Amino acid sequence: MTVGYSPAEMMIVAAARLLEGERTCFVGVGLPNIACNLARHDKAPDLELIYESGVFGARPARLPLSIGDAALVTGSLSVTSMNELFSYYLQGGLIDVGFLGAAQLDRHGNINTTVIGDYHHPKVRLPGSGGACEIALNARKVHVIMRQSPRSFVSRVDFITSPGRVLDTVVTDLGLYRVEEGEMTLISIHPGVTAGDVQAATGWPLRVAPDLATTPAPAPHELRLIREELDPARVRSVKETVPDLSGSGDCAQDPERGSPHGLRWRPAG
Amino acid sequence: MPDKRASMHDAVADLVRDGETVAIEGFTHLISFAAGHEIIRQRKRHLTLCRLTPDLIYDQMVAAGVADGLVFSWLGNPGVGSLHAIRRRLEGGNPLQIEEYSHFGMVGRYTAGAAGLPFYPLRSYQGSDLPAVNPKIVPIQSPYGDETVYAVPPLHPDVAIVHVQRADASGNAQIWGLLGCQREAAFAADRVIVVAEELVEEAVIRADPNRTVIPHAIVDAVVIEPRGCHPSYAQGYYDRDNRFYLDWEAISRDPEQLDAWLGEWVYGVASRQEYAEKLGAERWDELTPGPAPAAPVDYGSYQ
Repeated sequence: MTVGYSPAEMMIVAAARLLEGERTCFVGVGLPNIACNLARHDKAPDLELIYESGVFGARPARLPLSIGDAALVTGSLSVTSMNELFSYYLQGGLIDVGFLGAAQLDRHGNINTTVIGDYHHPKVRLPGSGGACEIALNARKVHVIMRQSPRSFVSRVDFITSPGRVLDTVVTDLGLYRVEEGEMTLISIHPGVTAGDVQAATGWPLRVAPDLATTPAPAPHELRLIREELDPARVRSVKETVPDLSGSGDCAQDPERGSPHGLRWRPAG
Repeated sequence: MPDKRASMHDAVADLVRDGETVAIEGFTHLISFAAGHEIIRQRKRHLTLCRLTPDLIYDQMVAAGVADGLVFSWLGNPGVGSLHAIRRRLEGGNPLQIEEYSHFGMVGRYTAGAAGLPFYPLRSYQGSDLPAVNPKIVPIQSPYGDETVYAVPPLHPDVAIVHVQRADASGNAQIWGLLGCQREAAFAADRVIVVAEELVEEAVIRADPNRTVIPHAIVDAVVIEPRGCHPSYAQGYYDRDNRFYLDWEAISRDPEQLDAWLGEWVYGVASRQEYAEKLGAERWDELTPGPAPAAPVDYGSYQ
């Protein structure tokens, strides 16, 4: 029996699988938040969620709209000042993996969340770094979740907000990438996506791994966890939205995106 | 200890001056919208506004014309989208002076300011274009080896405005929930306005001193302003009004709607109390969380 799923659900599941065996993860809201919680319920039960707002070991009882949500505090293991969080937890080397968003990503894995166009005369002013720059330099590895298009997958970013030095895997709505020999390389393609689709959504001649895989489709138990426990209001995982994240994961990477009125949630239990 | 209580009107009139650098801190949590609105009502001008995340409050203040400059690290409507009034200034012909860092860079700036240091070193920015557009972010070599780190300069706001859950009349202030960098901003500033949900006796502070984030010694005024954070929140008192954050996307996108909003909700009310009443009991009920008390701790009595 085939179970239908949305591109966002494919991204969440693919991202969650990357967290198997990880212990500490810097989380952004939106898809990474659901992905990290999915991993905690499934492949990485000991994963501690860390938010740059100063929370270690969050167990949010509802889907947070922002990374400063009150639900991240209640029931967490520790709440620290931001200085302590960045100094001791991140810079001190405690973070296994960080999730970042990107408005633009280039063929070397550099991330832009600052401007489209010239910095001093921007065509589109994006949010900027937030904590992303230091996460990209101090986490052991970084994964990026983003929607792929020729506008977002560019040969050279307009501005390097966060260098791709420890970039591990990029999860898009079309496939998975790793940086190999200094260049973004397609390593897996999602079910139903063709190589032509992927190249058409990439702004440079794409390097493809010789052993290109097909991403395993979301399993029924993964979809059940997303739909029934993590995002029961289906606000993030059904709509084909760009993941709501930028900088360190806190939203707003697509300035042309419409207002998400009607967004609402129920407690995730 | 002296009683420093003042009305929001008087605190802003006395302590916030045209042309100064102002930090209304609080990371998503405990943002003093009440103070921002009073600054707008008093038509302060040429301010340089500092915050990690300018949030809706600085979008409103920029739209109202109080600011010439912005020092920040993440410029968006958290969880929703853009700050359109600020974006219009940056993308259009009426530029705002900006000085941009990362979050840790801003935290480091306040920390150096609070600690009386000439700079704050951090492991960030290597390979980023941020130092190229902000000459105040400078690579420096460790005096003890070959390592390069980046330095950011101290930030000394003329005024820091910090909302807290409870304070006594002299300004000893306690916070729980997200701590952001309120402590650092307050210690870095020349003048400090503490805005509190609740006034408590000094004995309440003394019974739980670990929770005190700001001591009276650095506080110039104490404003008791219940519900002063809305649409931001105060942990345990009222939730963030996410509906308003979502609504702001459409309001701030349209300059006429934004002006109308300022007219109705800022210029059209005399005080935060009026704003809170105008918002209505039903909305406040929706925003009131259930209880989740901590187990008490025993500090012990040593006589």
